[in-house]
Amino acid sequence: MTDVVMPQMGESIVEGTLTKWLKKPGERVERDEPLFEISTDKVDTEIPAPAAGILAEVLVEEGKTVAINTVVARIDESGAGAAVAAAPAPKAEPAPAPAPSPAAAPAEPPAPTPVAETEVSGVSGPLSPLVRRMAREYNIDLRQVKGTGAGGRITKADVEAYMAAQGAQTVARAQAAPPPPAAPPVSEPAPSMPPPPARPEAPKTRIEPMSIMRQKIAEHMAFSKRTAAHVTTVHKVDMTKIAKLRERQKAEFQARYGFGLTYLPFVVRAAAEALRAFPIVNASIEGTNILYHGEINIGIAVALDNGLIVPVIRQADEKNVVGLQRAIVDLAARARSKQLKPDEVHGGTFSITNFGSFGSLFATPVINQPQVAILGVGAVVKEPVVVDDAIAIRSMCYIALTFDHRLIDGALADQFCQKVKSVLESWNESVL
Amino acid sequence: MRKCEFRDLGRMDYASALELQRRLAEQRKRGEIPDQFLVVEHPHVITMGRNGRAEHLLAPPELLRRAGIEFHHSDRGGDVTYHGPGQVVGYPILDLREWKRDVVAYVRAIEQVIIDALAVWSVRGERDPKATGVWVDGKKICAIGVHISRWVTTHGFALNVDTDLRYFQYIVPCGLHKPVTSLRELGCAASRAEVVAELVRQFARVFDVEMIEQVIACKEIV
Repeated sequence: MTDVVMPQMGESIVEGTLTKWLKKPGERVERDEPLFEISTDKVDTEIPAPAAGILAEVLVEEGKTVAINTVVARIDESGAGAAVAAAPAPKAEPAPAPAPSPAAAPAEPPAPTPVAETEVSGVSGPLSPLVRRMAREYNIDLRQVKGTGAGGRITKADVEAYMAAQGAQTVARAQAAPPPPAAPPVSEPAPSMPPPPARPEAPKTRIEPMSIMRQKIAEHMAFSKRTAAHVTTVHKVDMTKIAKLRERQKAEFQARYGFGLTYLPFVVRAAAEALRAFPIVNASIEGTNILYHGEINIGIAVALDNGLIVPVIRQADEKNVVGLQRAIVDLAARARSKQLKPDEVHGGTFSITNFGSFGSLFATPVINQPQVAILGVGAVVKEPVVVDDAIAIRSMCYIALTFDHRLIDGALADQFCQKVKSVLESWNESVL
Repeated sequence: MRKCEFRDLGRMDYASALELQRRLAEQRKRGEIPDQFLVVEHPHVITMGRNGRAEHLLAPPELLRRAGIEFHHSDRGGDVTYHGPGQVVGYPILDLREWKRDVVAYVRAIEQVIIDALAVWSVRGERDPKATGVWVDGKKICAIGVHISRWVTTHGFALNVDTDLRYFQYIVPCGLHKPVTSLRELGCAASRAEVVAELVRQFARVFDVEMIEQVIACKEIV
């Protein structure tokens, strides 16, 4: 016989009320099967049987309150329940371990392969991650680059020199086959621009070579489209709260900091929160590995005259709205006056493009390689919206996330967007 | 840090939410998912706990049906209560073995979450040593009722944000002849979303968990 006692359901608890028997005397009960219920202070608890067998005796009736450790029933384990079933009592599942390790523990992200030491055949000396990234981003064949570092190692300056030299040649090279690896580009005479062909029959067409920046953008965009499986998802966000906050703070903000307050820093803040919650959006693909970036470095697309550049706000998750707005204003101004430092346009782990500032409602931006997602923000527009079955005027905007479906699935992308949305909609920091 | 998944189910009927809770609780018991914190808003419904007394329901179920109010029996602790629009209902599904094996401490912690959240709007919530829940000047603003099976919790609390308090006239809430109140009645204009956000924050703090917001539609889970 096994005694069943009133369990102690907490330190300060000395008694419990037995509210319901879930088995009748004589019934078979399996180990860990709920046997009775007790009630303590608005909490109803099912108590499992401590052993398998026949409920032989019930000693406390429903509705009675008894001290803890009082015997409330007895279970006969002797198998007297032969009448119930000929088969031996199935050994119930082992009791659950007292504290199973939570399923919550996430799997360790696979260790990224150390990229720094990876050899590229035909290139002497190890390559730094920066050089590798530059080579990848600008699609440079490193065998063509002459290394001037220690042991003939290729440095960032070498890549930049190569790119500068290439820029002057790209137009001519566009049609030609790649030059033999032996011929360093610097030794080639820089070919002159091909003269516009004489086309007297069509004088309305003008031919003009692309600027170097335009060529790089073209290559970068087409490369991204060739590389990633672009999918765009669009969510609608109620920006009323932020619009009101912005309205309230605008004048004081301008007076105190010397620059205006836009919606963008709020979106960056919300995106940083979401990136923290969904680290895979803040990652890159390297071969068959996923590189999870430890820092949240958000690139902000800045429109230039006939061009575009994406300076990076480093560790954006550590900045408040004032800090983000300051960084945005500063980077945009220096981008337009061409005073960005090279490392200010590298190392981004995610990008945001604010096409709303030009009136676009939503668009499908192209991912900034080697990142895996880009968030586009549409114009904030006052709209009639149904709130609690009434029509209200709210400041609404669309956010569009383009993500690389190779790595990110739709459900996660949408959870990411919902996180951005919920941060923006439930903004309740009175301080910026 | 332990993780807790948070889901705002929006408007969902009582039976569907109960079914969802049961499924998640089973998964939680098997250790397949981390702790869960669901918030939901129910259409008008009156529920009777295990310890409920028929006389605390002041209108026959037939009359309730005509008034557009569902009626449900429930396996939570506590007596009879009302849920409806304007109320934030919270259902934590926690394995208390990973927190404290103490059901009273659990209920006190839930009260603390509510009290700390109300404090953000300068509303002073209090405990009543004789009656679980959160009270403001002797009026009940939050009801609590919990069910535990193998240390995994279901059900939880119901906080009146902008509830139409007239619906409480059909019942003796929790079997106590005491008035009810809401944040709105107390002059606080906080929206449901703001209250939910604050509850989530306080919940994470009191239970020392990291909240992970999940937005998978509940229909995919059920």
